[in-house]
This record gives sequence, structure tokens and C-alpha cells, in this order.
Amino acid sequence: MPKAHLKVWRGDDSGQYVEYDVEYEEGMVVLDVVHRLQATQAGDLAIRWNCKAGKCGSCSAEINGKPKLQCMTRMGTFIDGETITIAPLKTFPIIRDLVTDVSWNYRVAETMPELKLSGPDASGHRRMQQIDIDREQEFRKCIECYICQDVCHVIRDHPENQGNFAGPRFFVQLANVAMHPLDQNPKSATVAHGFGLDYCNITKCCTDVCPEGIHITDNAIIPLKERRVDEYYDPIRAIGRKLFGKK
Amino acid sequence: MAQATDIQRRYGKTQRVDRWWIEPALFGGGLLAFVIYSTVSALILGNSWHFEAGPYLSPFFEPLIKPGWVPEWISPAVFILWAPLGFRTTCYYYRRTYYRSFFMSPPGCAVTEPAKSYSGESKFPFILQNAHRLFLYVALVFIPILWYGALKAFWLDGEGLGVGVGSLILTANAFLLMMYTLSCHSLRHLIGGGLDCFSCSNYTRTRRKAWDILSLANEHHKGWAWASLISVGLADLYVHLVANGVLTDLNTWSNF
Ligand code: SF4
Ligand code: SF4
Ligand code: FES
Ligand code: FES
Repeated sequence: MPKAHLKVWRGDDSGQYVEYDVEYEEGMVVLDVVHRLQATQAGDLAIRWNCKAGKCGSCSAEINGKPKLQCMTRMGTFIDGETITIAPLKTFPIIRDLVTDVSWNYRVAETMPELKLSGPDASGHRRMQQIDIDREQEFRKCIECYICQDVCHVIRDHPENQGNFAGPRFFVQLANVAMHPLDQNPKSATVAHGFGLDYCNITKCCTDVCPEGIHITDNAIIPLKERRVDEYYDPIRAIGRKLFGKK
Repeated sequence: MAQATDIQRRYGKTQRVDRWWIEPALFGGGLLAFVIYSTVSALILGNSWHFEAGPYLSPFFEPLIKPGWVPEWISPAVFILWAPLGFRTTCYYYRRTYYRSFFMSPPGCAVTEPAKSYSGESKFPFILQNAHRLFLYVALVFIPILWYGALKAFWLDGEGLGVGVGSLILTANAFLLMMYTLSCHSLRHLIGGGLDCFSCSNYTRTRRKAWDILSLANEHHKGWAWASLISVGLADLYVHLVANGVLTDLNTWSNF
């Protein structure tokens, strides 16, 4: 049986790495190996997980320095005997071992504008056409793993920005509201200064790590930045609005 | 502030074990090479290094603007290059690249950046990136101009229609520059991305179709950006080498 050499973060903020050798079988993912570690050598290891299918977004961690889902990282991607470093999400405060406190994200979620749907039509239904919503179906794939929030350098390297910056996961949510065919929010509601779209410098790390393959930067952030330009920075539009009234 | 240093204190600069620095080094090096080449070729050497050969004109000088009052030491390229320079500097793709390679903001994903504070594009000077759309309008005007230059390259005064290696290079270059412009994120937004309802009218349905097509091109914006950057540099070099007698152009004309 092949053996994995794991280096796992243990403890809280002042913890350290502890090294373990764990046997594994072909076809296993990192989460399986961590579970085996928990069952055989480290009964008190704290880890958050739920579905083991890449759908609940709970098992996010940093594996060899890259933010990933443990349940979607195959052991086959490592060389036999390679040291595999497993750390908690570094951007968020550690509770214990691999479990972090991601509640900052919940507080940001509370500031998101809600969809304000226009009323039902004469038949009592709200109808939408496929061509108006297919663009947004990509955004609905988000599993809230917060891996994108973790990797984003705006808050990872500069936590003081946490008050002015919603982060890529929430830009996806804003784009979902902004592009919704029935939404009645004013255009400015989704591109307001407070969400910190201007802090993003489109370096695309969020897109690189998203386990759902959402094109966060190209399909959510850049379109929102363009809508911001419409709203605040396009002199030609501003003159047009002055001359012909608000569009 | 405390936490950033915390991350470094706990884990060091990065725990990535792959060679994450290759990409920023390679792309940053490529950009730097182009900036140096184009500055030397178009601005420093300018009039002293011939840029016209037969029916060919280097794309750095297209369209040729040479009013009499401009002294000889000023390159006619200054009337042209501000436009592509502004367009490419504010381009979403190039921004990503030079922020990573030159500003190390961040040097790689999940690699700690050196800067102590960060305000992204929310303050001067980077807030000026929002002018990208204005440069796009100018770039759109340049598409027909570059095609005109490419078509002109098939017509030698005194002999008429013909074809040479230079004509093919200038045509490929006009095509790649056009594709780079058409795959622009701002254009994708203007053509249809800014709409919330595509099904509302025939007009918006048509814009949706255009958006679909531009989105296909946009997915490869990075590819078009590099292909056109390399082609414009090579086209400039080729025309210069022919104009200065270093290379002979293979063509169907008898006196060129
Ligand atoms: S593209 Fe923007 S939001 Fe995404 S990781 Fe980079 S800076 Fe953060
Ligand atoms: S956008 Fe992707 S990376 Fe971010 S929380 Fe959603 S699924 Fe995770
Ligand atoms: S356990 Fe659900 S995403 Fe990994
Ligand atoms: S985004 Fe690259 S040219 Fe507009």
C-alpha cells in the first residue's frame, strides 16, 4: 500500500505542523487520507466536511499551498512519498486544526442587495426566457466553499480591506442580481462603491481556484466593472444622460 | 494588518511547491522585450531608420502623419502610438499580467505580496484604468486604417496589383489586431453584456447574437493579445529590414 507523508496544521493560531505517515489505497482523495489519519493516529483532529462530492463546500483547505477542496483532490496527483502539506484556509481565523471561522463571509452576505422581482403577469406567473437567464446559471453553481475569498490577495494580504471589499464569491452574487431579467433594483444597487469592486485588480486567482469552474473574473467581475464605468466613469454616457435624461 | 503578518509568521511566504514564478517571469519578460523593442524602433530611431518600403508601411506608423512643422528628430509614430499604448495598458488582460509580473500584486496566487498597503484600482493612478472604454473607441477607428494599410500593400505605384511576403505579413497583422480589438471585454459589454433582457425586442435579440459571437472571441482574449503583439512587432521589424536593405522582399513586382 502506498504511504502518504502528511504535514498537517495542528492547534490554533499558535499551533504548528505535525507530520504523519498514512497508508492509502489507489483512488482515494486527500479527505479520505485525512479521515484515516483521524481514525488511526489523531482522534482529536478537527476537520469540517459533509458531502465528499465537491458539493457542500465544507472541506476547503490549502494543500501544498493551493486552496482546494480536500474531497476533490486525488491522491493520484502526488508522487509516492511526496510530503503533502495540509493547512487551514489562511485568510480566516483558525478555530482549531483545519477548521476556520468563515463568519466574515456571512456578515458580507447580509449586505448583499436582494432580488426585487417585478410583479407576475396577467396569468399570475413570472415568466423568464432561457436566453435571459442562461448567463446566470453559471453563477448559481457556487457552493460557497470560500476558496476564492481565501485566495484573493485583496483581503488575504491586506485584512484591513475586509470592511471595504465583498470578495469574489459576492461579486458572483452581485452579478446574478445585476443581470437578472426581472430584477427591479436600480443599476447602481449592484455596483455601489461599498462592495469594493475597484479593489479587485482582475489578477484572476479566484477564477484559477474555483472548484466549480465559474469564470468569476471574466463573467462576473469584469462585467460588473463595466457596469460601474457606465454608472460613474463614462463621460460620453454622462453627457448623454444630461442631454436626454436618465436612461 | 495583524493578520497578514500572521499568515507569514505562521506559514511563510508561500507553501506552493510548483514553479509558480515561471508564468509571471515569462509573460513579464515578453512584455518588457516588446516595450523596449517598440520604443527603440518607433520612437528613438524614428525617422533615422526607414520604415517605408515600396507599398509597405510599418504598422507603428499607420496612418503616416508627417506635418511640415514637426522637426525631423520627432518620430511620426508619436501621432499613432499613444492609441495602442493606452488601449493595451488599460486592457483587462494586460493589467492582470503586469500587476502580477511588475507590481507583484500578487506575484502568484496564494503567494504573499510585498506591498504593505493596497487600494487596487480605487485610487489614482489605477482608477484611470476605467478609461479603457475610451481607448476602445479609438482602437475601433484603427481597424479600418490597418486594413487600408494591408490592402495598400498589394498595390505598387507604377506597376499595380501584386503580392509579396510583406503584403501577407501586413494582412495577417491587420487580422490579428482586429481580433484583439473584437475580443475586448469592454466591447463585449457594450455590444450586449450590459443588457439585462435579451428577449425584449428584435434589437436586443440581435445584440444577444453579437454578444454570443464576441464572447467566443473573448474567451481567447489572452491569445489574441499575444498573437497581435508579436505580429505587430514582427511586421514592424520586417518592413524596417526590407526598407533598410537588409532583407529582400519576395514578390511578384519587377521593380521592387
Ligand atoms: S480577480 Fe479580483 S476578486 Fe479575484 S482574486 Fe483577483 S483581486 Fe481578488
Ligand atoms: S465562486 Fe467558486 S470558489 Fe468562490 S465560493 Fe463559489 S464555488 Fe467556491
Ligand atoms: S466535503 Fe463537501 S465539498 Fe468536500
Ligand atoms: S480588455 Fe483587452 S482590449 Fe479591452
